Amino acid sequence: MEGGEHLVTISFCSRASRLRLLRSVMRDAADLAGLDVPQTEAMVLAVNEACMNIIQHAYGMDADGKIDVSVLQEQDALVVRVRDYADTVDVEQVRSRELDDIRPGGLGVYLINSLMDECGFLEPPDDGGNVFQMKLFTREQGEGNDISG
Amino acid sequence: MTFPVEDRQGFSVVMLNGEIDLNNSPDARKVILNSLKKMKHVMVDLSSVEYIDSSGVASLVEGFQYARTNDLEFGLIGVSEAAMSVLRLARLDQVFTIYSSLDERLEHGS
Repeated sequence: MEGGEHLVTISFCSRASRLRLLRSVMRDAADLAGLDVPQTEAMVLAVNEACMNIIQHAYGMDADGKIDVSVLQEQDALVVRVRDYADTVDVEQVRSRELDDIRPGGLGVYLINSLMDECGFLEPPDDGGNVFQMKLFTREQGEGNDISG
Repeated sequence: MTFPVEDRQGFSVVMLNGEIDLNNSPDARKVILNSLKKMKHVMVDLSSVEYIDSSGVASLVEGFQYARTNDLEFGLIGVSEAAMSVLRLARLDQVFTIYSSLDERLEHGS
């Protein structure tokens, strides 16, 4: 990863049981980056949601897929890139539902958009798959968007 | 993994606990819906929930919708701060009926 300090990369198979491990690593990475607790929990939930979307939708709950999550600390932001090796997604189809539309699914994308300062798909890699990047600007404690709303 | 259910004073109380994510939210959903099929009044106790993601929230929404469709009572009690922050973010704290405890619900009468 160019620019900034590479904090960690974790690779895991697309099993729901691996999400807990992912969250643990993300909490440690956030701690290393000096995020406060609300920003840490926001980042952990957003990364969890992104990987859950990959497990459910990109890999269709097939446990043999691979997911790489890399965390980079830039001067003013924590950057998380989530890489999968599934079919390239149609970005237009990835959208959150209206909150007034009370139904079980479709919350994940909304949560990611709400919790992170910037997010979106990068140019698909030449060898296939998708890279979703999320950025959380580091701020003084008490500022900024956090999970407590 | 399964989640315990206690029958208390005419209510079925589903005790979710720990981290609720895609790995165990199907169990939460099953326990909640099974309780609603057996009892007319169901409360989900979230006081011991340390983390909940959108799949866990979806289990609660399914319970809410099932109860509304079948004219049953469904509510949340003792919602932990970790769970409440996610419900607030999704603006579902305005949708679910939330009590601090079963006692508070009982004070409201039938």
